[in-house]
Order: sequence, then C-alpha cells, then structure tokens
Amino acid sequence: MNSIRKTLQELLRYPTAIAGLITVLLLIGLAVYAMIAIPYNQALLLWRGGEDVWYQNPKFAAPAWSNYFTREKQPVSFVMNDDDAGAIKEVIKGEQNTSRINITYTFEYPYDAYPQDILLYFTSKFQEKQPFVSIYWLTPDGRKIRISDFGVNPKQTFRLSQDEKLKRRLSGLDPMIGLFVSENGKTPVKGTYNLLIEGLVFEEDSDINAQLVFHGTVYGLFGTDHQRRDLVVPMLWGAPVALAFGLIASLFTSVLTMIIAALGAWYGGWVDELIQRITEVNLVLPFFSILIMVGTFYSRSTWTILGVTVLLSIFTGQIKVYRSTFMQVKESTYIEAARAYGTNSWRIIFVYMIPRMIPLLIPGLVSAVPAFVFLEATLAVLGLGDPVLPTWGRMIHDAESHGALYKGLYYWIMEPAVLLMVSGLGFAMLGFALDRIFNPKLRDL
Amino acid sequence: MAEKTLLRLEDLKLHFRTTQGIVQAVDGVNFSLGYNEAVVVLGESGCGKSSLAKAILRLLPRNVATYSGKVFINDIDVMQLDDEEFRRNVRWLMMSLVPQAAMNSLNPVLKVGDQVAEPMMVHHGAKREEALNTARTMFQHVGVPEAFLDRYAFELSGGMRQRVAIAMSLVTSPALVILDEPTSALDVLTQANIFNVLKRLKRELETSFILITHDIATSSELADTVAVMYAGQIVEVSDAKNFFSAPLHPYSQKLMASVPRLRAEQEPDFITGRPPSLVNVPTGCRFKDRCPFRMERCEEDPPMVAKDRRLVKCWLYV
Repeated sequence: MNSIRKTLQELLRYPTAIAGLITVLLLIGLAVYAMIAIPYNQALLLWRGGEDVWYQNPKFAAPAWSNYFTREKQPVSFVMNDDDAGAIKEVIKGEQNTSRINITYTFEYPYDAYPQDILLYFTSKFQEKQPFVSIYWLTPDGRKIRISDFGVNPKQTFRLSQDEKLKRRLSGLDPMIGLFVSENGKTPVKGTYNLLIEGLVFEEDSDINAQLVFHGTVYGLFGTDHQRRDLVVPMLWGAPVALAFGLIASLFTSVLTMIIAALGAWYGGWVDELIQRITEVNLVLPFFSILIMVGTFYSRSTWTILGVTVLLSIFTGQIKVYRSTFMQVKESTYIEAARAYGTNSWRIIFVYMIPRMIPLLIPGLVSAVPAFVFLEATLAVLGLGDPVLPTWGRMIHDAESHGALYKGLYYWIMEPAVLLMVSGLGFAMLGFALDRIFNPKLRDL
Repeated sequence: MAEKTLLRLEDLKLHFRTTQGIVQAVDGVNFSLGYNEAVVVLGESGCGKSSLAKAILRLLPRNVATYSGKVFINDIDVMQLDDEEFRRNVRWLMMSLVPQAAMNSLNPVLKVGDQVAEPMMVHHGAKREEALNTARTMFQHVGVPEAFLDRYAFELSGGMRQRVAIAMSLVTSPALVILDEPTSALDVLTQANIFNVLKRLKRELETSFILITHDIATSSELADTVAVMYAGQIVEVSDAKNFFSAPLHPYSQKLMASVPRLRAEQEPDFITGRPPSLVNVPTGCRFKDRCPFRMERCEEDPPMVAKDRRLVKCWLYV
C-alpha cells in the first residue's frame, strides 16, 4: 500500500505522467459511463437496428458542433411532436361529430444550406371514416405553399422530398430547395417557418397525431452514418471494448510471458529448450496473417481474437529478455540460500524470482496496451472486427467502405481516430513515466 | 563407532565437469562431528571448502560429474533419500547453511523478518504470525533489534545482514549449522561481534557448527576441533588446543606460520609454489611438491594416521 502511494507521488513529478494518468482515467470513466448509459444488450440492439430504430436521424450527418467551424451554417436535425413546445394543436368541434384538428409547427431556420428531408409521421384513430389532412408551408417572407392533401391511414409516413406533385408545384425544384429558397434562387430564406396541418375528422373520438421529423445535415454530438445510426453508440462503446481488449491482452501476455520465462530459466534443460524453440518458431510466424486467417475462417468474435492474440504474443522476443534477466537472478546468492533452506521450486519462482521483475513488468504492461488497442482497431478496419460490437475500428471500416474521405465526411474517420490516438498517447505517456520510475537504468537521481 | 555422532562423512566425493576437465573439488572426505561441537575447516582459497559445504547439504550445481560417498546424520544415511525427501527432511531441519557472502543471501524483495520466517513457513507450514514470532526470538539471540523485522535487506549494514543470515539459519533449530566464511567481508570489530554471537549461540542453543574459513586467528576463538583441507581432501583433524600450539601436518605448520604475530620476531612465512590444480591432481601425497619434508614414500598416497587422538594424513607420522 505504502509503495503504491510512493510510486504515485513520484509519478506526479512528471508532467507527461500526469497527462497520461488523466487521459487513462478519463478513458476508463468514458468506458464506465458507456456501460451505464447504454447497457451492453441495448448497445447491440441499437447498433444492429435499422430504419425503424433510426428513422429520426439523417444519413451521413456531421456532428452539430461542426457549425462552429464553418461559415455556411448547416441545418441541425430535430424532431417535433404535436404536443411539444414549438407545436400547437387545436381541436375545433363542428357539427355531426365532425371536428377540425389544426396542428401548427413553428421552427427557426437560420442556416445557409438546405436540409436532407422533412417527414411527417401520422398516426390516426378512426372507425370507418378516414380523416383528411391538408398540409401548408409558410415561409418567413410570407408565401403560403400548399404541400399536399390526402386521407390519413392509421399509420402513414409522408416524405416531403419524394412528393412529385409538390415538386411540380415548385416549378420542378427539389422540394427541399424549393421550400426554402429565396427570390434570388440561391440561398435559403432565414427566419421562422411554419408547417400547417389542417385536419378533418368525421367521427366522435377520431384523432390525428403527427410527428415532424426534420433531417438536417448535421446531427448530435458525433453525427450519423450511412444507416442513420447515431455515432454516439460506437464512440462510447468503443472505449470499453478497446480498453478491455488492450488491458486484458497486455496483462495476460506480460504476466504469462514472465512466468514462462521464469519457468524456463529455473528448470533449464528440456523445459527451457522447448520454450526457446517455440519462441523462435513463433518469431518467424506471421502474427497478423494468422489473426486474419482465424478471423476469416474460424470466428471473428472479440474473445476468440483476444485469445489467439494472447497465445501468439506470449512467445515473443520479450521472453528472451526476461529469460536473460532471470538467468542472472537465478544465480544470485539469495536464491541459493533459499534452495539451501529447502524452499521448493514453485516458491522460489513465484516468491523469489518473479517479484524481482515486477518493476520491469509494470511499465512494459502499460506501454503494451496501445499496441493491442490498435491491433483490435486494425482488425476491425480490415473488416475482421466483431460483427456485433460497435467499436472505433468498426466505425473507420464503415467510413472507409462508404467513401467517407471521398465524400468529405471527415468526422466519420476523425472521431474514432482521435480517440484511438488519445488512448494510445495516454498509455504511452504513463508507460514512459512508469519506466523512468521503475527502471533503475533510466532513473534520474 | 563408539561415540554417537551428529554428522559423519564417509568417502564423500563431489566432482564437477568443466571445459578444462573434471574438477575434484571434494575427493574422498572422511570426517565426523559430535553434538555441540564447533569444527573449523581451514584451507586456502580453492581447496574445496565451500564445495564440501555444498556436498554436505547436497546443493549441487548443474555440472556435477560425481557425487558419491555417505553422509550420516544421527547415524542415518541421508544419501539414500531422494531430492524431494532430502529437501523436506534434512535441509534446515537437521542442518542449515549460512552461505558465503551471506550479506547477499537475503531476498531483496522480502522484509528481513519475513525472510527469517521463511524457513519456518516452508518447513513447518507455520502461519506468518507464528513464524514472525520465532523470527523475533531469533533476532534477540543474534542481537538484532526487533524493529529491524520490518526492514529490507538493503537497509541493513553488513554486520546486521550477517546476523540476520545467522538468525535465518537457526530459526528451525537445526542441530548443525554450516557457516561458509561468515566474516570474510566484515571489519574486525564486526567480526569479533559475530564470533561472540556464535559462541553464545553454541552455549545457549547447544548447536554444532562447521565453520569454513581461512581466517585462522578469529576461528581459534570458537573452534573445538580443527580440520585442515588441502586439494579436496582433509589432511589433518585435531582438537583445537593442540592444533594451534603444535600442528602436525607440514601444510598445517606452514599455514600456522603464515599468520602474522604481533610481538614475534619472525616474518610471516609463506608456502612456496601454488596449490595443485584440482583438475590434474598429483598422484601420491598432494602436498609433496611444496613440502619441505618430501621423501620417496610421498609418491604413494599417505594414509590417515591416528596420533594422540589426532588424525593426520602424512607419511611422517607412520
């Protein structure tokens, strides 16, 4: 306990260590938050979800905050129900069970570009006689455009951009431009727009509800992808997956490498011989190709890949480094003394030899984490990531296969890339500082 | 055997395989030791003293060529035991070792208290608290303050570490403790201290000691019996009193003459030539090339001769 506090105190002497520690802690915080905010099963469902889950989102939308950095402000997506603040719903009772239902949506449009789409999701309630609606569009410069009239089904979606009649009425312009464009024909009119739904119902408890879904070109904190999925899901869930993969792989490989090196050094003979030969064979095996083969032919589950990674990473050059040091430790007098007082081999290995190497193990363990985080991301980028898990690498893979850079959707690649780099940097900085503290050769006095 | 012996060695051999050939480090040692007796094993560097200690405790390196003979402890032949039984039943329970450079023989990552308690835990399966209590008693015996239980080896001075190593060798109360040059790296004051500790321990705990050293002067403090080793063999065994006044073997005489004396006129003597290589051991008497009393019979291997209850391996006394 005391030594942990001492190490921590010493750690705080290095600014990079503080930065690294904060970064790592933030990442862990992010991972914990992700797991609480979006439980695992829900994350999987959301990630697999199609149009019915994500209909409210635009496709390929950049994050909303990108507006701060551009001169041309992009329209922000929003969803408005008829009982929301910006909407007014009035019911006017008429004769013979007939009533009028007027829904007015009011919203500001201070943007310099046109939205992707505007949708109306109607739900209506009736026995036999179908309600009827007329939809109007009121622009800030006082024009009133009739959009459409139709009878409403119990569930009906009306897509403004796809309406051919509306297009004709707007003299052939795409409705998403025609509804907003000003007299000059170039820029949209900024100001307050109204969408008016005048409904007629013909039964006593008949009702109409409508939801206005406005697909802008920017959305949320991280934007959306080709399947309208909110990128918050993979951005958040990438953290626990990356950290778990990196930490578990790093911990298991480092510790197992050390134990196996110690066993080889202590027992010598055929044990050592076997370990060394396995290592030498493993060193010339193409690590990455084997992983790709496993991913292609066997399983892409993160756990399988993790297992294979650990297995292949144990018998690396590191085992020789540890072995050489263990050979030295083995000959120390205190080991001979331990042998003299009858300590058995296991106790010598685990109580006498391995604790000597802990100072070498800890910085190595921390520094090895980014390599495994990147490995997991690399596999995902190559399309060999876990197909069900939302991860950073998966995001880059999707972005790449949908031509994100070609289409100028930089956010799609930059967001996960930045998180990957930050996590790599955090662990690297912490690892270097720990190395300076624990490694006697680098110790500054 | 009239007397009951604690330790008896019969024709003990330990040879090592090296690139130069077979090193006959211990070559046919016969020797016995009684209860509560301190034996000093004297000899030059490289004569096989430390190897003898290792041979007795069966702490063998990997390059052993021959390991034979008999080791009796309490008249039980422990050479019959396999390694695991030997480790379990003999090491530290019957005899323990304070290794050469005992100062480095402490585990740097264990507190010395835990280190001293280690043999208790290893052999008696003792709980840490019990073992620490025993360790505390041992610390009192060797004169290390109890507060040191919580320190690491590197926080202790050389003398203290030596005491801790001795405490560790005593913690399971073995009948025999082998000390391999326990004072070689210490200043004279500390040496005197350590020997006082050993004397006290011999009196209080009735432990037997085998003290391996080349420091004749200090060893005379403790010795009941002196065994002189030369080229892997024991050449003289004698009670301490007679040995220090009149050594029998020519090598012993030369060895004694090499000790500087404060008030004597004579210059310290030295032995001409160098000790024989243990790879190519000369036939016959191994000391013949350096011996001032060399005669023809020296070409044959001299027998161990008993003279006044002393044993000497020299043709002069036949």
